[in-house]
Amino acid sequence: MEYVLIVIAAIFVNNVVLSQFLGICPFLGVSNKISTSLGMAGAVTFVIVLATIVTYLLQVFVLNTLGLEFMQTIVFILVIAALVQMVEIMLKKLSPALYQALGIFLPLITTNCAVLGVAILVIKKNYNLLEGVVFGASISIGFGLALVIMAGIREQLELANIPKGMKGVPISLITAGILALAFMGFAGIVK
Amino acid sequence: MSQLKNFTKGFLQENPILVLVLGTCPTLATTSSAMNGMGMGLATTFVLFSSNVVISLMSKFIPDKVRIPAFIVVIATFVTIVDLLMQGYTQGLYEKLGIFIPLIVVNCIVLGRAEAYACKNGALSSFLDGLGMGLGFTLALTVLGSIRELLGSGSIFGYKFISGDGILVFVLAPGAFIALGYLIAIVNKIRKA
Repeated sequence: MEYVLIVIAAIFVNNVVLSQFLGICPFLGVSNKISTSLGMAGAVTFVIVLATIVTYLLQVFVLNTLGLEFMQTIVFILVIAALVQMVEIMLKKLSPALYQALGIFLPLITTNCAVLGVAILVIKKNYNLLEGVVFGASISIGFGLALVIMAGIREQLELANIPKGMKGVPISLITAGILALAFMGFAGIVK
Repeated sequence: MSQLKNFTKGFLQENPILVLVLGTCPTLATTSSAMNGMGMGLATTFVLFSSNVVISLMSKFIPDKVRIPAFIVVIATFVTIVDLLMQGYTQGLYEKLGIFIPLIVVNCIVLGRAEAYACKNGALSSFLDGLGMGLGFTLALTVLGSIRELLGSGSIFGYKFISGDGILVFVLAPGAFIALGYLIAIVNKIRKA
C-alpha cells in the first residue's frame, strides 16, 4: 500500500515538472514532438533509477559511515556525471539503435535537475533503497507524462495563430501553467 | 567602459532568465514571494562570481578534455559553502528554498558562464561578468517574486498593498508558469520595440 501511495503521489499529485519545478529545461526544450519526448523520457527514467541506487548506496555506506555528509552535493553530481557518461559508452556498444535514438539527450541529462533532485530527495525523505527506486521510477514516469502531454499540445499549437511576442517560450510557459492547473485537481488524493 | 558594459549586459540585454531563458527551474520554484526570489538570486550570484573567478584563474592548468567535470567540482564546492553558510545564518530562508540550494550546482547559468566566458577571459572580467549575470538573475527573480506575491497575496516583501486574499493561484505552481510566460512576452516586446 505504501508503495502505491508513493507512485500516485509522485506521478500525479506532486508531478515533478508541474508542481516540483524540476527538469523544466528539457521540458521546454524537447517537447516539440511526441517521438523525441518519449525518447527523452526513456533516457531520463534509466538514469534516474540508476543514479538513485548508486547515490543511495554511497550515502549510506560511504558518506554516513565516514561522517562526510557535507560532501553530498559534490559527490552526487560527480556520480551522476560519471554515470551518464558510462551509460552513453555502454549504449553505444550494446545497443547502437537506442543510442542513435537518444542522441543528444543523453549527455544533457547530467544537467537535468530532476536527477540530482531525486537523489537528494530520497535521502531527505529517509526512504529505504526499494522505496527510493520506486520513487525515482515514478518521478520519471511523471516527467514522461508531462513531457508527452506537452508535446501533444505543442504539435497543435504550431497551427494556431499566436501574437508575435508570445511565440516560443512565453506561450509554452502559459500552456504549462494551464496544464499545472489541471494537475492541481489531483491534489488531496494523497496527503 | 567595456568593463562597465561587461557588468551591465546581464541586467537586460543578456538577462539569463528573461532573454536567454536559462535556469528556469529555480526561477519558477523559488519566486512564491519577493523575499524568497531575492534570497535565491543572491545565493546564485555568490556561486556565479566566485566560480567564475576561480575557473578563469585555473583555466590554464585544466586539460581541455576534463574541463567540464573540473568546472562542476569548482561550482559544487562553492554551492556547498553557500549551503552551509545559509544553514547557519539564514535558517528560515534555507528551509523555504530547501532542495533548490544544492540544485544551484545544476543551474545552467553557472556552468554556462564558466564554459562560455570565464575559461577564456581574465579574472577581473570574469568577476564582473559573473556579478552582472548574477544580479540580472536576482533582478528577474525579485521582479517575478514581487509580481506573484502582489497578485497572490496583495503584498511585496511582506508589506501589504491590497487588502483581501488575492488570487491564490499565483502563489501556487500554475501561477509561476503563467507569470513568467507573460513577463518574457513583455520583455520580448520591449526589446524589439
